[in-house]
Amino acid sequence: MLKRSTFKSSYLPYLLILPQVIVTLTFFYWPAVQGLIQSFLLSDPFGQSSKFVWFYNYKEIFTDPLYLRSILTTFIFSIAVASVSITLGLFIATMANRALKATALVRTLLIWPYAVAPAISGVLWLFLLHPSYGIVALGIKAWLGIDWNPVLKGTDAMAMITMASAWKQISYNFVFFMAGLQAIPKSLIEAAAIDGASPFTRFWTITFPLLSPTFFFLSVMNIIYSFFETFGVIHTVTQGGPGGSTNILVYKVYQDGFVGLNLGSSSAQSVVLMTLIVVITFLQFRYVEKKVQYTG
Amino acid sequence: MKLNRLAVIAVVGLCLSFPAAVWAKPVTINWWHAMRSARGKVVDTMIQKFNESQSEYVVVGTNKGDYDEVMNAGVAAFRAKKQPHILQVFEVGTQTMMQSGAIYPVYKLMADAGYKIDWSNYLQAVLSYYMDADGNLMSMPFNSSTPIMYYNVSMFEKAGIPLLSKTEPITWDQLGEITKKLVDSGVAPAGMVSAWQSWIQIENYSAIHNIPFASKDNGYGGLDCELLINNPKVISHIEMLKQWAADKRFMYGGQKYQGPKSEFIAQNAAIYMDSVSGIAKLKEAVKDFKWDAAPLPVEAWMKKPQNSIIGGASLWVLNGHSKKEYEGVAAFLKFLADNEMQMYWHKETGYFPITLNAYDELKKEGYYKENPLQTVGIDQLNRAIPTKISRGLRLGYFVQIRNIINEELEQVWNGTKTPKQALDNAAERSNIQLQTFAKTYK
Repeated sequence: MLKRSTFKSSYLPYLLILPQVIVTLTFFYWPAVQGLIQSFLLSDPFGQSSKFVWFYNYKEIFTDPLYLRSILTTFIFSIAVASVSITLGLFIATMANRALKATALVRTLLIWPYAVAPAISGVLWLFLLHPSYGIVALGIKAWLGIDWNPVLKGTDAMAMITMASAWKQISYNFVFFMAGLQAIPKSLIEAAAIDGASPFTRFWTITFPLLSPTFFFLSVMNIIYSFFETFGVIHTVTQGGPGGSTNILVYKVYQDGFVGLNLGSSSAQSVVLMTLIVVITFLQFRYVEKKVQYTG
Repeated sequence: MKLNRLAVIAVVGLCLSFPAAVWAKPVTINWWHAMRSARGKVVDTMIQKFNESQSEYVVVGTNKGDYDEVMNAGVAAFRAKKQPHILQVFEVGTQTMMQSGAIYPVYKLMADAGYKIDWSNYLQAVLSYYMDADGNLMSMPFNSSTPIMYYNVSMFEKAGIPLLSKTEPITWDQLGEITKKLVDSGVAPAGMVSAWQSWIQIENYSAIHNIPFASKDNGYGGLDCELLINNPKVISHIEMLKQWAADKRFMYGGQKYQGPKSEFIAQNAAIYMDSVSGIAKLKEAVKDFKWDAAPLPVEAWMKKPQNSIIGGASLWVLNGHSKKEYEGVAAFLKFLADNEMQMYWHKETGYFPITLNAYDELKKEGYYKENPLQTVGIDQLNRAIPTKISRGLRLGYFVQIRNIINEELEQVWNGTKTPKQALDNAAERSNIQLQTFAKTYK
């Protein structure tokens, strides 16, 4: 039952989308084109001289084994963040969806972490898990006997930034799953229950397929989040270390461009990053979306 | 209504189109710096004193964030032709600034403004970091520090180790014995930690032992230089640290200073190498043990150790302003180098006074008798005349190079690479950066 409105005048719709178009052009297309141009140049930061060097910057980054590793690191990191935060978000949403006391309060509290900025989230987790002053880290070392040391060990550091990044995203996922769950008609689940389906079967055959649009949306959003917005976490927790093991693409762009002032290489890297995210999103829409059921 | 709005727009437009200078008499000098909190206040006081000392110029200091943010702000402003007169840039940005074509060299500025400055009265180890190959000063040193070694006196006493001299460095072998004693006796969980591993364990280690860090006189002689850190001496130093790491005589605490510092404060490590600016931080943070400082250790084969090298930042004068404004800039730089300001700066922040005059004055005053910790760094910096190798480093993309060294060293500490492999890789990767840098300016 979709409502359709039609506009008689031909210019009004264009006028209405104009502000959005202007914003997109200024804040997305213009810098993107600038970046693309810059990626073919070698120029000094002060803009006194620049040279057209064709694909020199691209050649440099793709022959750098560490850049290739950074791509791999980014994929591992984003898959880890997305799966941890989606799984936990769904789990908590299913729990919270059941009738209990103080539902509103519980929900509000669960949404809270989303309001925390990534950098703050990073610092919080650093205080918990830093090997020399982290409270939890000291516990892990003393009671579990694990030699936890994210300052030195790449896998520990990766685990730490994954937790810090996934934590606040759980809330985001929780909100959407919650909304998705409430849109599922109770009658379907009750009917299945009368037919003798176990809670797990009910979840797997009814709830899960009906949540698939939410899943799809969240997988796209979470991957994009872990590609870009986790910058604050990385910056406060590991700065890409140890030994480059948490140096994800967006952090490397920042380090080479903003701190190191190698504008050409940094631009080439951001063009690669942009291409990657376009391709990933395209693939998701092309292949994953087919499995999504939008209406019950 | 409409008329009103038009009037407002017209008035605002008029105000914007006339620069404030038309009405205000004194010439404004803008200085963008990275000094915040306590240091920021010291800088503000110095500016205020200058502004009160004369009426021709007004210096306006603006904090633009961290070092990298200040440099970025400067770059962006220069491109937009809105650059400040003075920009504070960290030492690793020196080569980028020198090559930029955006600067007015300080030696020239001072000469053009008619100041005859006796550069020999300045701390040479500081000046030499900011000179070009011909010995001309390109930027004015502002905040300079050097690394020293802090140690936990209480732990030394408990382990029965004699305290260290403030002037005579111990050898690395001796440090090995000391740390062994500390760890074996159970007094300290670990021997030493080091902040800024590239700056202290490689850059300063090389300078002190007069080992070239890069070819072409550490890059002073030309852009087509290459890193030489994969030499047997540096490799064996890193190998030694790696061995120490195995029996807890050395502990890795992170790339910057926060991690290592907290290990020292928490008494997880008995010895801590960091910049002299650590003095103020430790004074504030350490409550439950006594500590002291000594010069960095020296290898036994190095009979006459060289000076250590500095870190910190200097003041660059940017192009594109009027002659009158530059006279103001010169007057201000001159004012900053005066004894009174230098002594104030040193006392408040711990950064070195840049002139020998100021240093002597402080000595006469008895300042160093009351604050013996402050002499450790200065003596280490002044103990020899800088050679072409120990005067400093002049590398393009130095920020990236330090990153590379950090990454590679971390792979040594976590056992992924041997010291030789790591230093070879570091040199190889850094050389690509240097080539790209050279290509940009050719």
